[in-house]
Amino acid sequence: MPPEFTHPKPAASWETRAYWEGAGRHELVLQRCGDCGVVQHRPRAICASCLSSALQHFVSSGRGQVYTFTVTHQNGVPPFRDAVPYVLAYVDLEEGPRLMTNIVGCDPGDVAIGMDVVVDFQDADTSDLGDAGGAFAVPRFRPA
Amino acid sequence: MSVSGSIAIAGVHEHETRWAPEKTEIQIMAESARGALADAGLALSDVDGLFAASMSMGAMGTVSLAEYLNIKPRYLDGTNIGGSSFVAHVNHAAAAIHAGLCDVALILYGSTAASNAMAIGTGLGGGSRDPNQAFVGPYGMTTVGSYALVAQRHMHLYGTKSEQLAEISVAMRKHAGLNPNAKMKSPISVDDVLESRMISEPLHLLDCCIISDGGGAVIVTSLERARDLAKPPVVLLGCGEAVAHQEIGAPDLLTLAAKQSGEHALGMAGVSHDDIDFCTIYDSFTITVLSTLENLGFCKPGEGGDFVSGGRIALGGALPINPDGGGLSNNHPGMRGIFLVIEATKQLRGECGERQVAGAKLGLAHGTGGTLGTMHSGATLVLARD
Repeated sequence: MPPEFTHPKPAASWETRAYWEGAGRHELVLQRCGDCGVVQHRPRAICASCLSSALQHFVSSGRGQVYTFTVTHQNGVPPFRDAVPYVLAYVDLEEGPRLMTNIVGCDPGDVAIGMDVVVDFQDADTSDLGDAGGAFAVPRFRPA
Repeated sequence: MSVSGSIAIAGVHEHETRWAPEKTEIQIMAESARGALADAGLALSDVDGLFAASMSMGAMGTVSLAEYLNIKPRYLDGTNIGGSSFVAHVNHAAAAIHAGLCDVALILYGSTAASNAMAIGTGLGGGSRDPNQAFVGPYGMTTVGSYALVAQRHMHLYGTKSEQLAEISVAMRKHAGLNPNAKMKSPISVDDVLESRMISEPLHLLDCCIISDGGGAVIVTSLERARDLAKPPVVLLGCGEAVAHQEIGAPDLLTLAAKQSGEHALGMAGVSHDDIDFCTIYDSFTITVLSTLENLGFCKPGEGGDFVSGGRIALGGALPINPDGGGLSNNHPGMRGIFLVIEATKQLRGECGERQVAGAKLGLAHGTGGTLGTMHSGATLVLARD
């Protein structure tokens, strides 16, 4: 198993913090338009399909399949510099969206396109947020 | 009167440097301008449209560049859509000239990426304090990794082999050996590519472009004016631009911006793929070339592996790509699009010596900017001998 690494903490805006706060509760939160019903990711303040502002959040099953991946062997940027080899991937969620993520919890050589995966959360250090809101976490995926 | 057939490239210059720790980025741009103006037989005072982008130019960039050159153009365009910017600048310059907003457009690029030790491929893949990047930043996507995601998907769907991708590197290196200014000239084999160290699976070191210093300049004007200048005009027949991105969460990584920009450019030019004698295609990575060829319609999705094999994209093959050696072997100072236009122009003027595509009358240039795995731009030109 490759070394565990701490993800750089996500930066949130008011448009995206429901996603990161959901992750902080270990829930993968997606957006659905209350008018046209389209699920969109990444979260926005407006529906990019019908321009409605009536967006709602819901909790995804967190289940999906690997769409594509790459085992990264070289990255000069900490913390990834010391985390190689690690797996960068896109995962297709059951609810539709395709998320960029990492696959953890298995040997990189065992990852394959089409593999069933489930979301996993790493709590993020958000001490600099003060009282502004809830804790964040970074969603990544592991074999189901 | 359409833009097609009424606008021409009148002068080009590829800066000869590949390593210039003693030069500044803007100096390389100005030296390139000197070269292209001499090539066209024009003076700096003839320039009334200025187009530029670079790795460091931000707001006021083209204004600062105008000051450096001490010119007062009546048309400015600092469009920066990544490495394809300069291909798009030709498109924009054509529109401006066609509309009467300028007569002589100077397009510039310069960079000291290599002597500044910029690790473009594997040194930018970390976190970000931009909320819009937070869906990528925590996961360590390198530039190479972004393209590797595309390559892996292509291999999975179509059985494309690393050996086929390697053929692209081998062809580019062969071409570079015929280019006196190229940075990497020693021949390489498919095995050399496969045995080079893995950067981001399935892309090896030799699947990745080099990093160099360099720059270039292109001068665009009306075909009518270009016919009175020093060099044979190269006529713009078609152009197109496009973007591809993560949409609302369902990016098809194998559908590139090239599909839209290529259809538009070829449609405007009124030519078919069989008419094209050669291409200059942004070869940031081997997969970029393979997937771009499919998206431009030179072969069907999934056929790219066979299309690039057996020397078909090398000089003497069915469709020579990047006779100068491309970004994989000639030069790659960060944003390479301007060299696609320069080499296509030189080929169509028949002045490329040992690396000349015999009888080149019609060429296609396609630039990619950004990263295929998340978001990118594409710009396509169809260019012809007058």
